[in-house]
Amino acid sequence: MLLNQFLILSAVLFSIGVYGVLARRNGVLVLMSIELILNAVNINLVAFGAFRASVGGEVFALFVIAVAAAEVGVGLAMVLLLYRNRRSIDLTLIDQLRG
Amino acid sequence: MSTLAALADMDRLTSGEALVAQNVAFAVMAITMIVSALRMVTTRNVVHAALYLVVVLSGVAGIFILLGAEFVGVTQVMVYIGAIVVLFLFGIMLTKGSFGDDDGVSGERRLMAGLVGLLVFGVMTAALVDSFADAELDRSAPSTTAEIADSIFSAYIVPFEAVSVLLLAALIGAIVVARRD
Repeated sequence: MLLNQFLILSAVLFSIGVYGVLARRNGVLVLMSIELILNAVNINLVAFGAFRASVGGEVFALFVIAVAAAEVGVGLAMVLLLYRNRRSIDLTLIDQLRG
Repeated sequence: MSTLAALADMDRLTSGEALVAQNVAFAVMAITMIVSALRMVTTRNVVHAALYLVVVLSGVAGIFILLGAEFVGVTQVMVYIGAIVVLFLFGIMLTKGSFGDDDGVSGERRLMAGLVGLLVFGVMTAALVDSFADAELDRSAPSTTAEIADSIFSAYIVPFEAVSVLLLAALIGAIVVARRD
């Protein structure tokens, strides 16, 4: 197997995640797209770990999974707070800080 | 004797037949993942998006196992599909009725997002093809779970402790933010 086939698959998933973050308005869907991006990063880490025959890549993929779990917890708490205060999780309505 | 058997196994792993099977498995998983990811970011139903996310996450777990990282693959299934997707479904249900459908996104916004995504993909692919044109993966020695554990608790002990503190902070933070007072 080539290293590049994994890296390019990861690049495709990363780009789709970037599109989701930029194009969607639903707060939960934006968080899901961020998960897509983090998974693309994990594929990269594990592929490079296998390429260099070191466990460092896998260890850091595990760290990224833990950080992603923390991020989803806090992110969803924020979305719930938003819903409670505004009755909507449309991210385009949150523009109080716009200059 | 067992070492010999293991060596024969490794020979089989890198031989032509196994390689074809690995490439076929990779192609099937890659196409499924890309189609599901595209459906996830374009579907109007948020619950369907969460279910497409499950397909993508399972594909990523399969890719990990294909790369010989079975511990990371199993962790992926347990943490992502077992916990994070359930959290997402709870989030969707608790905010239902705000607007379940995500339509009404202006065409211009969608176009710009698509352009940015294509640009990111183009730059990354060009750099990757330039750098690792025909680098072969070395599949002769898949890592074992014991090796990962050894390395987490020796070389990577400081980041491990940092992640523990981060998880505690996120736990308390999520409770404080979502608390009704």
